[in-house]
Amino acid sequence: MLTTITVNGEARSLDLDPRTTLLDALREHLLLTGTKKGCDHGQCGACTVLVNGVRINACLSLAVAHDGDEVTTIEGLGTPEHLHPMQQAFLTHDAYQCGYCTPGQICSAVGMLREVEAGLPSHATRDVRADAVLDGEEIRERMSGNICRCSAYPQIVAAIAAVAEAES
Amino acid sequence: MSSVHDWAAPNPVTTNRSGLIGKGVDRYEGPLKVTGTAPYAYEVRPPSPPAYGVMVGSAIATGRIAAVDTAEAQAAPGVLAVWTHLNVPPQPPRGTKAHPRSTAGSRPALESDRVTHWGQPVALVVADTWENAIAASALVRLSYEAGTPDVDFSARLPDAGQPPGEQDVEIGDFDAGFATSPVTLDETWSTPIQNHCQMEPCASLAWWEGDKCIAHTSVQMVKPAQHGLAETLGIDRDAVHLLTRYIGGGFGGKGQTYDDLTLAALAARALGRPVKVAFSRQQMMHGTIHRPATVQRVRLGAEKDGRLNAFSIMTWTHCHQDGTFTEHASNFARALYAAPNRLTGHRLVKLDLPGAGPMRAPGEASGTLSLECAMDELAEQLGLDPVELRIRNEPAVDPENGRPFSQRQLVRCLREGAQMFGWDRRLPTPGQVRDGRWLVGLGMAAAIRGNFLLPAKCSFSVDAEGVITVRQGMTDIGTGTYTVLAQIAAETLGVPLGVVKVEIGDSELPPAPGSGGQFGAASAGSAALAAGMNLRRAIAELATGDPNSPLYGGDPERVTFQDGVVAIENRSETLAALVRRAAPDGLTAEGDSRPPPDMREWSTQTYGSHFCEVGVDPVTGEVRVRRMLGVFAAGRILNEKTARSQLTGGMIWGVGSALTEGNAVDPRHGSLIGQDLAQYLVPVQADIGDLEAIMLDEVDDKANPMGIKGVGELGNSGAGAAVANAIYNACGVRVRDYPITPDKLLAGLIAKGM
Repeated sequence: MLTTITVNGEARSLDLDPRTTLLDALREHLLLTGTKKGCDHGQCGACTVLVNGVRINACLSLAVAHDGDEVTTIEGLGTPEHLHPMQQAFLTHDAYQCGYCTPGQICSAVGMLREVEAGLPSHATRDVRADAVLDGEEIRERMSGNICRCSAYPQIVAAIAAVAEAES
Repeated sequence: MSSVHDWAAPNPVTTNRSGLIGKGVDRYEGPLKVTGTAPYAYEVRPPSPPAYGVMVGSAIATGRIAAVDTAEAQAAPGVLAVWTHLNVPPQPPRGTKAHPRSTAGSRPALESDRVTHWGQPVALVVADTWENAIAASALVRLSYEAGTPDVDFSARLPDAGQPPGEQDVEIGDFDAGFATSPVTLDETWSTPIQNHCQMEPCASLAWWEGDKCIAHTSVQMVKPAQHGLAETLGIDRDAVHLLTRYIGGGFGGKGQTYDDLTLAALAARALGRPVKVAFSRQQMMHGTIHRPATVQRVRLGAEKDGRLNAFSIMTWTHCHQDGTFTEHASNFARALYAAPNRLTGHRLVKLDLPGAGPMRAPGEASGTLSLECAMDELAEQLGLDPVELRIRNEPAVDPENGRPFSQRQLVRCLREGAQMFGWDRRLPTPGQVRDGRWLVGLGMAAAIRGNFLLPAKCSFSVDAEGVITVRQGMTDIGTGTYTVLAQIAAETLGVPLGVVKVEIGDSELPPAPGSGGQFGAASAGSAALAAGMNLRRAIAELATGDPNSPLYGGDPERVTFQDGVVAIENRSETLAALVRRAAPDGLTAEGDSRPPPDMREWSTQTYGSHFCEVGVDPVTGEVRVRRMLGVFAAGRILNEKTARSQLTGGMIWGVGSALTEGNAVDPRHGSLIGQDLAQYLVPVQADIGDLEAIMLDEVDDKANPMGIKGVGELGNSGAGAAVANAIYNACGVRVRDYPITPDKLLAGLIAKGM
């Protein structure tokens, strides 16, 4: 099934088995293996990418459903030579160990900051009518869909808080 | 090295002239990991497009495969092969070691019609795409003659026997000491099956170049993986090139290889094209090892001043039918507290479950969950502060074997931790502190984990650009190996970190023991230091023997290495200029390290203390970890940043053990009930409050030439007990059956009338 997805700013036309998930299209067809398969069931967040700027689990989404969409993967955020601020913050704060959940954490963090900027509340938001204050509790709540078994959780919060502060 | 006393001589790591040792430099491979460009095994690009293998797990726990029907699967679109025990290529019998020095024997896949645990891989489907392979795998029809699974651990406790080759260890007369102690405690704890849940499920990619198998896999130890695969394939060990450059978590569960590796290699050979095989998240639970459940009986007999007179921890645990693995939850206690009368031991029962095996801090992780809570209970009985009780039982020498401690700063960890945490604010009577709807409590526990040094080799090269390359068949499972090897190399050769390259995770590099048992940095690093010293010597001799060098004619022993410059006093040149001129093809030196025999004359451990504040909701039984502090003494720290991450990671594993983690067995099918990350609950962000790890200054010069020790498992030891003790202090309920879930806590709260 012919599908065109703009991935990291480049239009990519793929002839896909309709059963192919967005995750497998990225990893096995476009060889963008930065997006990870940790559970294939939307439970771990390792496959998080940005679709039209919004974070989703790529494993829970069929690629053909994304015809015409703009997808940003970890490779589209930055390169080893030119890191995205969130990538640099994860490096500086040692917000990872084995590195397997890391691309999903970073994409999720970038998408999460946009959600906060758009005024979307979370379970941790005390007053849903006011702008969310991005304290540690908010970050932890909003990042709980991304499991890190190495348990770099405190470092991840520190990295995200540093980026959020620099942006504000 | 023939003696630990040789380690007292200064070396570049202990001298640390540039200050790089210990510095929290960013991870060497970090830029690749944060950009998603570090290729894990399944992501390596093979020379031609791969085929996709999907394994099928058995639907029974014990019995045999009675009939196989693969016709529909064979006929499915894109299918290239369907294998069961009936048609898998022949493999040497299990355990075969054609090469006598192989570190692992043959592990045939799809070995026979016999099924020994639920989810055992019993078929493989290979297809042109993953979608075709997984669809066809559902069409493999297997029928079974199922036996009744023998999986009820608690029912089988009376049948448990001594693990093979083990005996109980008794010092003094435990029964007499316990009977005559004025204050006693006799309680039993249970810990559940735990799963490693590495974020990267086990995966392998293999292809053949002529008679040579190239295999990328995700494994913590390189040589046993290479040897085991070669023996399974029935080929020479050198005909397997095994690579494991990036590993998405190990925690002991990737200390061995699984059928994904064997089947990828066999299928690649049969099909003449690369094949990759990965476990699904669900398959990981049954297809790989787990930490077995334990029952632990702890008996403490104390004088009224708190000094222990009698101490015992006896552990019952289980392994699979073909195994002997024992969760040694009693062992750690042998070095922890003084007491003249001591009894420790283990009992093992075999069940029709998947393989039991090591998981982060095997022994300590389970054992501290009982003993460190027992100490808390004893302190309450005695009316003593739990910190003080531990200090009163601090031994002068190892209480089991009388050996001196190489370094032991447990008391300092306890005292400084208590001070930093504000332990003096703890009210000893439970249930006294409220914060809104929360009952708040503080708890603490001690931490201990053994330290080990294993033989390793390493090579160092310098090229004409002055670039130093470290090569070692070592692994980095997120521990920081790449980074600390680079730091050791830079400090040893006196070069900037930026000119050091590290190549690891490859069976064709000098062998190292791999990552596990928190022995990695010490073992691999000691060999790296030896290789660095040998390269220094070679460079010094090159410079002083080269008539064109300003150092010509000097004493090689007096050559200094700093900032990429070799010098004797004011005569100097850059390392790059020297090598470019005098050895344009570069220089290579090898080094090796092995533990000297007299290392055993010391008791060498790592130590720590955990302090935790929790909130307990008395209405729902919900527990929140509000803050946690760990203070650790683990020798010299090579990298403050990566070591701290390991320690805080271990502490969070303790939180998981205390509150959420545990798998249950379905007695009807012999399967594990938690089959994914929605059912087996590892900690997530929202579970973790403020959490900090402090590392005390320490050098342990009896541990290895660098005075370092491991930190990967220490953080996990005792952390869960600190959480459990804080829960008791918050609400007065002791739950001795882990994890402490709201249902168990609520039962206790209701019983107390809360």
